[in-house]
Amino acid sequence: MKILVAVKRVIDYNVQIRVKEDGSGVQTDNVKMSTNPPDDNAVEEAVKLRESGKVKEVVAITVGEEKAQETVRKALAVGADRGIHIKTENYIEPLGVAKILKKIVEKEKPDLIFMGKQAIDDDCNQTGQMLSAMLGWSQGTFASKVELKEKSTQITREVDEGLETIEINLPAIVTCDLRLNEPRYASLPNIMKAKKKPIEQLIAKDLGVDIANRIQQLKVEEPPKRKGGVKVANVAELVSKLKNEAKVI
Amino acid sequence: MPREAMEYDVVIVGAGPAGLATAIKLKQSDSNLNICILEKGSEVGAHILSGNVFETRALDELIPKWKEQGAPVKTRVSKEKFLFLGKNRSISWPTWLLPSVQKNHKNYIISLANLCRWLAEQAEKLGVEIFPGFPASEILYKEDGSIKGVATLDMGLDKDGNKKEGYQEGMELHAKITVFAEGCRGHLGKQVIKKYGLDSGKNPQQYGIGFKEIWEVSEQQHDEGLVMHTAGWPLDNKTYGGSFVYHADKKQIYIGYVIGLDYQNPHLSPFDEFQKFKTHKEIKKMLDGGKRIAFGARALIEGGIQSLPKMYMPGGLLIGCDAGTLNMPKIKGSHTAMKSGIIAAETIIENIKNKKDLSIYEEKFKKSWIYKELHAARNVKPSFRWGLILGIIFTGLDQILFKGKFPFTLKHKHADHESLKPANIMKKINYPKPDGKLTFDKTSSVYLTGTNHTENQPVHLKLKDPNLPISYTLQEYDEPAQRYCPVGVYEVQKEKFVINSQNCIHCKTCDIKEPSQNITWVVPEGGGGPKYGNM
Repeated sequence: MKILVAVKRVIDYNVQIRVKEDGSGVQTDNVKMSTNPPDDNAVEEAVKLRESGKVKEVVAITVGEEKAQETVRKALAVGADRGIHIKTENYIEPLGVAKILKKIVEKEKPDLIFMGKQAIDDDCNQTGQMLSAMLGWSQGTFASKVELKEKSTQITREVDEGLETIEINLPAIVTCDLRLNEPRYASLPNIMKAKKKPIEQLIAKDLGVDIANRIQQLKVEEPPKRKGGVKVANVAELVSKLKNEAKVI
Repeated sequence: MPREAMEYDVVIVGAGPAGLATAIKLKQSDSNLNICILEKGSEVGAHILSGNVFETRALDELIPKWKEQGAPVKTRVSKEKFLFLGKNRSISWPTWLLPSVQKNHKNYIISLANLCRWLAEQAEKLGVEIFPGFPASEILYKEDGSIKGVATLDMGLDKDGNKKEGYQEGMELHAKITVFAEGCRGHLGKQVIKKYGLDSGKNPQQYGIGFKEIWEVSEQQHDEGLVMHTAGWPLDNKTYGGSFVYHADKKQIYIGYVIGLDYQNPHLSPFDEFQKFKTHKEIKKMLDGGKRIAFGARALIEGGIQSLPKMYMPGGLLIGCDAGTLNMPKIKGSHTAMKSGIIAAETIIENIKNKKDLSIYEEKFKKSWIYKELHAARNVKPSFRWGLILGIIFTGLDQILFKGKFPFTLKHKHADHESLKPANIMKKINYPKPDGKLTFDKTSSVYLTGTNHTENQPVHLKLKDPNLPISYTLQEYDEPAQRYCPVGVYEVQKEKFVINSQNCIHCKTCDIKEPSQNITWVVPEGGGGPKYGNM
């Protein structure tokens, strides 16, 4: 069995995001970038399955600029077998990414595709679902537990009401929740070994799919600043403020 | 079971200007050498913070074609100012009367973090292996007492030291030569100085704490290439310190403040002095309406040549500000750090090839321009113990008339942790409340550093005596850790001493200033600490 794991390079979750002055996007110059956190869970789960013997090969793939390779390299350092980097010049919407992945799936013929449930930069939560629709494969989203069987997989999903357990047929797409597992640390020798593992690089526009963006971005701006709270002296003042200033009662 | 080990020719601890210069010079001299650099930051540059007005002398020697190769050294200094500040006034000191060490017209305003990122790329192209996120936590010794290498920290321990899921044992890196280049007050550097008595016969090391903020301002407020320094207000005559204001590219201003950690009043809060400084009318007018986009702080070396320890030991070298090569009157340490790294590389090559003893480092150092510079600069900082005014008069004579050639050397008499006076005899200082526009509190500032440490890991700020902060330091000095820590790691809550170690930005001030030397800074789990961008 073979798993394709999609990873994305995003601004590190610890970094305070800064909007560009002209509103065209967010500042990324010399900003610390990392792998999208739930993608780390996706890689970890795939590697665990390979270690258990149920899976033969784990292939990590990313779509992005030259430096996006680092995320594939990191996946290789924690155990993925080889990598694919689809090079793009600019931001590609989930639809474009899904189309690219479909193309690669046709070539690689994996039995499972793992990826994070959503990326922390655009928060779209779409790529997995779109890919599932395009391939006509089953999907298990927000997975917090994955149990692989011979021809199907049981997925425990994090849903609003609690946990939902479903069983879907292979081939399938699984999008991973942060609760799925605890990603391991890459060790020094494994980082070094990862430097020697192969990463195949392909150019997105040579793949023959239409990856043009459909959404026109008008403006990016910071959320309005939260105003400081006030202390009220008594209940009467509170009620009066709620009534007259906040106008909520 | 012994830990896994890897063998290298040279292991370098710290990917700052000194360590990277060493690695590059080594590879340029012999491309077959196996070299690795361990860096505790999550990426190269993440823990670098510096002014920075950069003198290219060492870079010119290391990579003569740095300009063609696209080094991020671009904004030439175009104008200089020096102001003495009073509370409401300022006196501009004529530039022609500045000592030559303080003239910057050939220098560049840079982000040292970005220069380090670029140097790291150059090093990697030459085949140097750089491992960010792997702090060296332990020194390994051979039976004969010489240095064998270092070990990285175990990853994935909980706060009590138990193994968590995903635990990863640290590993040993063995080297013919280990180079310590951790920057000011490196925690391994501190250990080797002690073990080999590298500081014997030297004056106690002197430190400062430096703050830096990056502001984005309007075009009218911005004057690209302007370099300004101030002395005086808000510090009193007895406290050593001053500010820097550098107008970089992209309408950004790098503004910062440095305060000598030999200050005496335990009520002083370096962070709040810096915030207050920005309210001076000369400074406020540059920042008003602008936006603060970055904040950080880091201790720096001020001791100069009198306090510089021996830089070689059996199997190892101690370079850059891990030893203390900063030139205080020049307010620069990047070029000297790089030069100390270049000399380290030359020494190592001769050691490996011709079996020369590492002690040749000292001869090479003494023959180079770095020694001349530091020697001429040596009397400036100690003269300020007579106060700002006498210090300036002396420095004028020493630096302008005699060009650092007085036939005597002033001494640093005390270590910084010995300088505090009891809280009850010193004046309390009331700092104005931050307005959230020009001045800020510690909470919103630490947020900008992006610092983080994985939850549930051992506390990396160790107390030798856990009761001392309350039983002694609180009574005697009103627990100054609450104030000298730039990000509020230390708090006294209801007679309890609290350490919020996850906020730590690795500045090392506590390790230096704690009056009983009760706090020891050790490395936290890899990748922790600030995520500085263009600092």
